[in-house]
Amino acid sequence: MNLNPSIRLKRRISEGSIKGVLFLCAALSIFTTVGIIAVLFFETVEFFKEVSILDFLTDTQWTPLFVDKHFGILPLLSGTFLVAFIAMCVAMPLGVLSAIYLNEYASVRFRTAVKPLLEILAGVPTVVYGYFALLFVTPLLQKIVPGLSGFNALGPGIVMGIMIIPMISSLSEDAMSAVPRDLREGAYALGATRFQVAAKVVVPAALSGIMSSFVLAISRAIGETMIVTIASGQQPRLTINPLVPIETITAYIVQVSLGDTPAGSIEYKTIFAVGMTLFIFTLVLNIFSHWLKERFREEYK
Amino acid sequence: MRAALILRNKRRDRIFKVVALLSAILGLVFLATLVIDLLYDGLGRINWSFLTSFPSRRPERAGILSAIVGTLYIMGLTALFGFPLGVGAGIYLEEYSRRKNWLTRLIEINIANLAGVPSIIYGLLGLGVFVRALNLERSLISGALTLALLVLPIIIIASREALKAIPFTIREASYALGATKWQTIFYQVLPAALPGILTGVILALSRAIGETAPLITIGALTYIAFLPESIFDPFTVLPIQVFNWVSRPQQAFAVNAAAAIIVLLAITLILNSVAIYLRYRFQRRLKW
Repeated sequence: MNLNPSIRLKRRISEGSIKGVLFLCAALSIFTTVGIIAVLFFETVEFFKEVSILDFLTDTQWTPLFVDKHFGILPLLSGTFLVAFIAMCVAMPLGVLSAIYLNEYASVRFRTAVKPLLEILAGVPTVVYGYFALLFVTPLLQKIVPGLSGFNALGPGIVMGIMIIPMISSLSEDAMSAVPRDLREGAYALGATRFQVAAKVVVPAALSGIMSSFVLAISRAIGETMIVTIASGQQPRLTINPLVPIETITAYIVQVSLGDTPAGSIEYKTIFAVGMTLFIFTLVLNIFSHWLKERFREEYK
Repeated sequence: MRAALILRNKRRDRIFKVVALLSAILGLVFLATLVIDLLYDGLGRINWSFLTSFPSRRPERAGILSAIVGTLYIMGLTALFGFPLGVGAGIYLEEYSRRKNWLTRLIEINIANLAGVPSIIYGLLGLGVFVRALNLERSLISGALTLALLVLPIIIIASREALKAIPFTIREASYALGATKWQTIFYQVLPAALPGILTGVILALSRAIGETAPLITIGALTYIAFLPESIFDPFTVLPIQVFNWVSRPQQAFAVNAAAAIIVLLAITLILNSVAIYLRYRFQRRLKW
């Protein structure tokens, strides 16, 4: 091949610049992370110029929108984790059981029919689940649970849990299907039933993968916004009672965003401070989940 | 004795199988209940005037015109920003950095982490960067840029999967004919991977049109009685309209919310069906 030098140079330049542009696309993700941290950090620092960190972490009231302002994040945290806890109580057992069924019992036909439908469940916009939690599940629960108020943690928690099932189920299934066939066959050869194989061989072998899916699901649950904004109320209170209105971090951010708070006001800064708190929690959980998953991968290399 | 043990174990196995099966289909029962409840509440409310009216204080007069138009604008703009950036990043990571160095590894870990950041945090990012710092106000473009960043990890991961599925021999054949790296990617690899990439982009869009929280956070309005004339105008979208109606105490607005949800789900369902169809075609064509 004899290309003349000028064509070769042109090619070199165009190839090089294309690579540069593509690199910038990939690097944009880094800028996004830097942007998130910078925005949150900047406004959070501004917030802590007006509110002491000690108050933020220990005060038991959160009332930045009232005249008598208190800036204790504990009520928002308790609300956030209360709903997440209820969601996990629903999602963990059902998610793992469903993964076991799909992976160990179900026929290929059943799997190919059910899995896309479960994907749809995960793809429904969360505002729809909020509607359902407020206007269907909570009224239904009120017939069974006396004293359940119209806004509460229970209904939204259950709905959120069902929403999270596909996530736990599909990640746990990935972990279970990575368990070597030999282990199962060994157990079957010893006369184990499917239940025994699932409970005593497959689940323990896939445990760190399953745990990883749980941790990721918790992270998803505490960051979930619309279900709790619509159906849990806007009353930050330090409680573990699932029957009364509460407020989560995410619902508070929405509440403030709906009003017209001017930039620079203390109300404006609070959403970044609580946003920072939420970001740190989810980041730690995501990294922990990733670590668990990697550990699992190493076991079966 | 042993026969009794075997019998007991078999019985346990059968009971467990039923319990596990019920868990697997509970989600589907829930989904069916949700859909039936929505259709029952809202289907009767959907008519031409509901689709072509602006929101109103009076529920029977209110419609979703501005919300539908806003949703279409946001979808289009999000695709416009997200598609080239996401595919570009996917190409870089898959084709230009097969030998991993610390930088590409950092980018990969970072993308995985971004996929797990709650969407409302992206709203705060959009508020700080697009609305305030770049002064784009509470406009369509602020919303679309925010959502593009939100769905970027989905597009990147899908693009990489699609590119990875193209056999290396295709590339080698192209190099053997004297094509440069970019020519190989653009004329051989990308067209072959396109259905897979498009599937990912469509799934990303169907995620984007359901997003409510980040758009409320950047300040999208809940009451818009006009259509945007440029991308710098304020807007509303279907999920925000739903949220607005659900938050009102009157029963008639709840009916409106159900009707708007049906329209929203219909759009999501159409997008997902297209994606599934493309994936199906892609899988069939993969027999090289």
